[in-house]
Amino acid sequence: MTEPLSFEKSRAGLAPPRLPEAEVEAPDDLPERWRRRNPPRLPQLSEPEILRHYHRLASMNYSAAERFYPLGSCTMKYNPVLNEQLARLPGFAELHPYQDEETVQGALELLWQLERALCAVTGMDRMTLQPAAGAHGEWTALRIVQAYHRARGEERDQVLVPDSAHGTNPASAALCGFTVVEVRSSAEGRVDVADLRGKLSGRVAALMLTNPNTLGLFERDILEIAELVHGVGAKLYYDGANLNALMGICRPGDMGFDAVHLNLHKTFATPHGGGGPGAGPVGVRRELVPFLPRPTVERDGDRFFLDHDRPASIGRVRSFYGNFGVLVRAFAYIVAMGGDGLAQASLDAVLAANYLRRRLEGALDLPHPGPCMHEFVASARNLTPHGVRAVDLAKGLLDLGFYAPTVYFPLIVPEAVMIEPTETETRATLDAFADAVHELVRTAQARPDDLRSRPLRLPVGRLDEVAAARRPVLRWMPAGSEGDPRP
Amino acid sequence: MLRALGVGSVEDLLVDLPPAVRLDRLDLPPGSSELETAACLRRLAARNRVYEDRLCFRGGGVYRRFIPAAVQAVISRPEFATAYTPYQAEASQGTLQAIFEFQTLIAELTALDVANASLYDGATALAEAAMMAVVHTGRSQVVVEGYLHPEYEEVLRCYAAGRGFVIRAGLEAVGEDTAAVVVQQPNFLGLLEDVEEVAGLAHRWGALAVVCVDPISLGLLAPPGECGADIAVGEGQQLGLPPSFGGPHLGFVACRRELVRRLPGRLVGQAFDAQGRRGFVLTLTAREQHIRRERATSNICTNHSLCALAASVYLTYLGPEGLRRVAEVSFRRAHALAERLWALPGVEAAFPARPFFNEFPVRMFHVEQRLRRLGEAGILGGLPVARWYPDRPELRDVVLFCCTEVNDPAALDLLVEVMGRA
Repeated sequence: MTEPLSFEKSRAGLAPPRLPEAEVEAPDDLPERWRRRNPPRLPQLSEPEILRHYHRLASMNYSAAERFYPLGSCTMKYNPVLNEQLARLPGFAELHPYQDEETVQGALELLWQLERALCAVTGMDRMTLQPAAGAHGEWTALRIVQAYHRARGEERDQVLVPDSAHGTNPASAALCGFTVVEVRSSAEGRVDVADLRGKLSGRVAALMLTNPNTLGLFERDILEIAELVHGVGAKLYYDGANLNALMGICRPGDMGFDAVHLNLHKTFATPHGGGGPGAGPVGVRRELVPFLPRPTVERDGDRFFLDHDRPASIGRVRSFYGNFGVLVRAFAYIVAMGGDGLAQASLDAVLAANYLRRRLEGALDLPHPGPCMHEFVASARNLTPHGVRAVDLAKGLLDLGFYAPTVYFPLIVPEAVMIEPTETETRATLDAFADAVHELVRTAQARPDDLRSRPLRLPVGRLDEVAAARRPVLRWMPAGSEGDPRP
Repeated sequence: MLRALGVGSVEDLLVDLPPAVRLDRLDLPPGSSELETAACLRRLAARNRVYEDRLCFRGGGVYRRFIPAAVQAVISRPEFATAYTPYQAEASQGTLQAIFEFQTLIAELTALDVANASLYDGATALAEAAMMAVVHTGRSQVVVEGYLHPEYEEVLRCYAAGRGFVIRAGLEAVGEDTAAVVVQQPNFLGLLEDVEEVAGLAHRWGALAVVCVDPISLGLLAPPGECGADIAVGEGQQLGLPPSFGGPHLGFVACRRELVRRLPGRLVGQAFDAQGRRGFVLTLTAREQHIRRERATSNICTNHSLCALAASVYLTYLGPEGLRRVAEVSFRRAHALAERLWALPGVEAAFPARPFFNEFPVRMFHVEQRLRRLGEAGILGGLPVARWYPDRPELRDVVLFCCTEVNDPAALDLLVEVMGRA
């Protein structure tokens, strides 16, 4: 069952909701030249119609709250409901960012304490909480590294990125004006150290590394890699997408990383919101601290304040102090979990991934030897002889009530199926998912057409994305309106 | 599970970790119960001062507005709040259709052809728009006209320093190398700019016109698409989101159709299944980082989807007439307040000849003392702007007041009365 657009349900001429009158003498005397002539064609619906519309849309979504969501690299763990309540406390939600510092001491203290906690987890010296998302954090960290090199009179123009990296890594580097140089992965799925050595030079500003990498494998040569990178004066950057494997187990700072970004909407249990808002704090070692975005939050005895006077800072990466509401949730998560709880979470995540990996042996190809860390990448290439691809497996899982793993990433694994169960799933859930995959593989072998026709139990069947991109329709237009909205 | 794996403990699975980096113990306090966690956070919240909505006259990019209960009711649905980016379209039709509706709402509001699925905030949206223009024109200079929000300008400069383009101030700097002219409407000081003239000049030099707008004002003010803008961006916090100490808020970007393939971030488009049923998918992904890597239009991945949903519910709740009413009430109350403040001894209009929407600059004696007195009366007074303009003596004693539909007439009376105390 599909749902019409709000615009299609609109009832022209419907009275607007009751709103206050101006109740002041001043007339509406805006000069004509500034005045809007044609009102925007917003929908006209009553409150009950609006709520029914959106509640119906909600029912068309799969979510982590309702079901297993093994989306690799996205860490879809349970989002504690307490944290939603806390972020909505008036003492947080109703604060204006330009209130006087004396009136926001609790907020500043929270930011200060969260920074310390994240430094403890990562082994960094200072953090900025400004970046709004992971990619924003990557770019912020690279800007910091760029400013550091420039302050030393060096204009380094290259950033090294492994071929297994998230697409945001090369995109962030390019956005910073760097040329991206790709580093090959070895057959076992880790950085090819010989290839790295050949690509390191005085032109390299940084190596961006995800550890465990996107294959869920720990870069066991990390100490040598750090030494090589530092040997040419470059910085080692930690993409925190996979930090959920390492909390309390080891710290990027101890592995030789100079800068990190974290995804609080992954590792620190804040909800993803169907694509944000997240938060992407960036931590750095001492020599990069002067370049952090301003303002920083500082403490003087019992008093907390914002320090804007940081002359070497790269400036601001967004308005105000970050996605504060997300930061509140992450801080509550850390307080509840504590050092012991965070460490246990990572151990449990590693255990769950290895257990599920074992349960999928014989169903899918597992191109890299285990054990894995918090996630693993399987390949559906064993199904291609039957004309079945990773996407078909994914759609089949949707019909069985599971969200699908990440498919076709990382790019270096054909028919990749990237699975991250997280620590908050029970063994029964992992078993049910594994059974489902086995069942679908049997279907692929016996009745491949069946799998290619999936999903059948969702509001719509498989949608034609190719046609959608060829003639993109990106908005509603009223019937018979002038002008084709299609680009 | 350990038994199934044939290991004695999880430690046995950590075989690839160099022993030198293995941490003994994470240096953080032990965990706490839900009760204690809540108490800890409540204690911090209690150390902040919460001003009554109606007594808050400070804006500067973040505003108190009436938020219909429907907004929270919708964004609290866990099916929206705990889903990821809608990669599996068939199991994400709720999110995808909501984004498609959001794109349409923003396109309608700005009178432009298309809008994307959202960006982080107004400041980064402006930086993304500037980069669109730099790539589109192949030029390397962006000109800022008028009083742009100083934090937006600082963000723009930070992106420019990385990407390698320069920022110049004032229309006299526009020339053959100009990729875009940026103007904020209303500007940071609340004053109305002549967007048509700015856009006209930009176009004469072959540059794009980028307009940063206040979405509520578009219930009353001419939209950027009808003033010659090629790209419109803005901050959507006012569309149903609380101030939340500055975030999460909502960036939006809309543009003319010729620029759609330069847009950053997610775009949702209409698609059909084999039975001809309409659905929605992420589309034109060849612009994006997960496909295009270093050649992507932007690095953005996670955006502000749930905030965009809040904005959609808000705008749908108001409808065209409700939005116009909110804008008009804000406009009229702000103008009534301005007249009364300017009539006070030692207070005057900072730019008496310039029209404004719902925020206006006031020059006054004894700024600190007056704001302190307002604070004692429970009022969050206007925003002193001097800290952003250390080289502009004419802005030294200028305070920016805003007024919205939540500032009722009694609140206005109280503000004027306290301000008037000798």
